[in-house]
Amino acid sequence: MEGLFFYSLAVILLIVSFIKSRSKTMTGLKKAWKAFENILPQLLIVLLIVGLILAILNTVLISKLIGRESGVVGILLAAVFGSITMIPGFVAFPTAAALLDAGAGYTQIAVFVSTLMMVGIVTLPLEIKYFGVKTAIGRNVLAFLFSFIVAGIIGLVVY
Amino acid sequence: MKKVLIRYKGFLILFIGMLIFTIINYQIGMKAFGITANSLIEVLFLIPPIFIILGLLDVWVPREFMVKYMGEGSGVRGVIISFILGSAAAGPLYGAFPIAAVFMKKGVSFTNILIFIGAWSTTKIPMFLFEVSSLGPKFAFTRLLINIPGIIIIAFILKRFVNKKEQKEIYINAEDVDS
Repeated sequence: MEGLFFYSLAVILLIVSFIKSRSKTMTGLKKAWKAFENILPQLLIVLLIVGLILAILNTVLISKLIGRESGVVGILLAAVFGSITMIPGFVAFPTAAALLDAGAGYTQIAVFVSTLMMVGIVTLPLEIKYFGVKTAIGRNVLAFLFSFIVAGIIGLVVY
Repeated sequence: MKKVLIRYKGFLILFIGMLIFTIINYQIGMKAFGITANSLIEVLFLIPPIFIILGLLDVWVPREFMVKYMGEGSGVRGVIISFILGSAAAGPLYGAFPIAAVFMKKGVSFTNILIFIGAWSTTKIPMFLFEVSSLGPKFAFTRLLINIPGIIIIAFILKRFVNKKEQKEIYINAEDVDS
């Protein structure tokens, strides 16, 4: 479990920090809390929207739309589905595997996975808050285009 | 209290909207709340250590240190360090944004921050192992091999696209976003 590593690291760093300076450690923890509270409102919105989208879309429906024979339209649809939201890998990969089993094509799945991880319209407001409009939108657009290159190459390699 | 309400306005509106939706379509509504609750638990589990490390980093690591290893002119070494830091990460991409803000405060170069974000989004090591097991080694390795140059190229294009003045504004904004 990847979380465990970070917990161990955080605990070790906290102990070392506490031994070295109690007041600096408290300042650090206060900063940690502020940074977290700062993104919390947007984070809750993202989680609600992701929950709603995943509840509405089911694997059978998606695999019908982005099946092996769906061609360019399927690839575009996969990119759009993937771009709506940023889903962590531990949700994305099993979903992608389930879609492959349900008849989705590899090229479509590659574009889906790539946009899923790199492009997020739902998280865009949060990204803009940190990076400004130009960088945030620029990054998402480039990642979107890049996902088609990834998919094209994976389509060539896997088939 | 009023301030809190304003900050969480969007969330509250959406939450009430979903409650109404659940009355109309009970099945999908409950499923949506279930998925939201699950991912919330996941996030609340993953995020605390990230933010604690972040807070300590902010307090203990001097700016000069970060500038030297990841700042302007840190060259290939800076790129590699950014890649490794991003790839070793856990959690969804929005967890990377506050870290990027601290990096900005510490003088990490814009390119390296973009590489860090890119690596975090798609070449995470724990996720890679997961990808191999669910989609097969051929799929996962091909994607990794294309992603590494892809992330660097995207970072360099963005750096040229966003001019120096705009970059400076992003860095100034990072000071407030976090304090």
